[in-house]
Amino acid sequence: MTRAPATAGIGTGIIREWQRFTPGERLGRYAVYVVSAIAVIWSLRTIEVIPEFLYDAPAQTADLFQRMWPFDWRFWPTVLSGLVETLHTATLGTLMALVLASPVALLAARNITRSAWLNQLANLILVSSRSVNSLIWALLFVAIFGPGALAGTLAIAFRSIGFVGKLLGEAIEEAQRGPIEALTAAGASPMAILIKGYWPQVEPAFWSVALFRWDINVRESAVLGLVGAGGIGVALDTATSNLYWDQAGLVLATIFTVVVLTEIITSRIRTRII
Amino acid sequence: MTIAGALVRSTVDSRAQADASPREVVIKNLRKEYRAGQPVLRDVSVTIAGKGMTAIIGPSGTGKSTLIRCINRLVDPTSGQILFMGRDLATLKGADLRAARRMIGMVFQEYNLVERLSVIENLLCGRLGYMRWWKVFLRRFSEADVACAFELLDAVGLGDMATRRADARSGGQRQRVGICRAIMQNPDLILADEPTSSLDPKTSVEIMELLETLAAERGIPVVVNIHNVELAKRFAERVIGMSKGAIVFDGPPSALEDRHLIEIYGGKDWLEA
Repeated sequence: MTRAPATAGIGTGIIREWQRFTPGERLGRYAVYVVSAIAVIWSLRTIEVIPEFLYDAPAQTADLFQRMWPFDWRFWPTVLSGLVETLHTATLGTLMALVLASPVALLAARNITRSAWLNQLANLILVSSRSVNSLIWALLFVAIFGPGALAGTLAIAFRSIGFVGKLLGEAIEEAQRGPIEALTAAGASPMAILIKGYWPQVEPAFWSVALFRWDINVRESAVLGLVGAGGIGVALDTATSNLYWDQAGLVLATIFTVVVLTEIITSRIRTRII
Repeated sequence: MTIAGALVRSTVDSRAQADASPREVVIKNLRKEYRAGQPVLRDVSVTIAGKGMTAIIGPSGTGKSTLIRCINRLVDPTSGQILFMGRDLATLKGADLRAARRMIGMVFQEYNLVERLSVIENLLCGRLGYMRWWKVFLRRFSEADVACAFELLDAVGLGDMATRRADARSGGQRQRVGICRAIMQNPDLILADEPTSSLDPKTSVEIMELLETLAAERGIPVVVNIHNVELAKRFAERVIGMSKGAIVFDGPPSALEDRHLIEIYGGKDWLEA
């Protein structure tokens, strides 16, 4: 008697009862709890925590911070040039991604490209871009173009295509049908409809995605130097391999400051756009 | 009405309007099946005069909207002919279809303005069918088009809102922008799909007056789908009643009696006030 009858007449003696879940659903939920608990225990056993290392972790952390402070400001010129390169890498990479992702987004949007085959092809491009980490992309381009900011820029661009293309494609698909219909009825060509019907509707999403991705790319390009793809990561890599923690501290503090600043700037601009 | 006078003055060009008959629409055996074997339009044949206002009434889902959208091919008919200005609209494709569409203005229930564009730019969208895409991209609208757009806005009392965004306007104002956009096409026919259904009664009358003015003063035939039988009888010179995908009444408003309405809408309780 867990299911309430749809039309129980008054006085017919049917017990009106309601429960959130059926017995089957309840059993299923318990099963999920048990499986989750097993998974947690299993994974804890796999990562092999060494208790001694765990106990002195606080002391090690404090020690590391002590060695970082005070910062070695003689390292600042190297950090600054790395920072500028990182910002350039992020910006150029984002611009390149916008240019490359826009046609793919048009191909992926089912209301623009009415071919399931082409939609799938576009989605394949987007997924392959996203499924490869930017560090892996960087390794690939360092192998092709040699170490430096060019490899970093391409890595950022190729990594961003999937993100930008997917969000842009979804924004295009969400465009209202009405205005498009009106422009079609006025005899506008497909290109004119794209410019005057879709673009005004997609524009806020476009700039919002561009800013968001630029924000992410500043963070991602900061570590690309670890694999030799230029930027502030090169300075960090040099400092840590020499065990100059006062230099590494300066680099980390700089990255932290820049990331906070870009976050503030992009959120300010975004509220103005929308 | 002052609007009437202003609309006449702001004619896009002085196309000869002496003979109205070239603008008539001849529909022959028009059939539309969205799903095979389930016709929404059942071989409709009707001739719409090349002037004045024709109202199409009928219950929801009876094919009024499909009929009107077959004319400018927002919907592709399954079979039949639509003869207009010496062409069969039902068979046109590509550039020919676009050239035919720009001669036919359309007014929508939900206005269908490009919300984030300004009012004036929405009007200029009516010229897209005449422009190369790179001119659209660079916003290179001709001076004559811009001047015409401003005149039209003045005529409908929206002159001071030209540069404001379309989505900040009231329903009546938006619909007037929608009508102006249709006029910007310099059309030979105007189709209006439930133009008053989202508006209050007073604004509905104003919008119908505006369409009536167009039909009368510019000699553009106007076909209006409308739910409101009273408005249809008040403004149209001819009423077409549809039921279940076929025409069941066709005549002047004065000939429309209760028995026709019962045939169109079914039942009769709703008629007794």
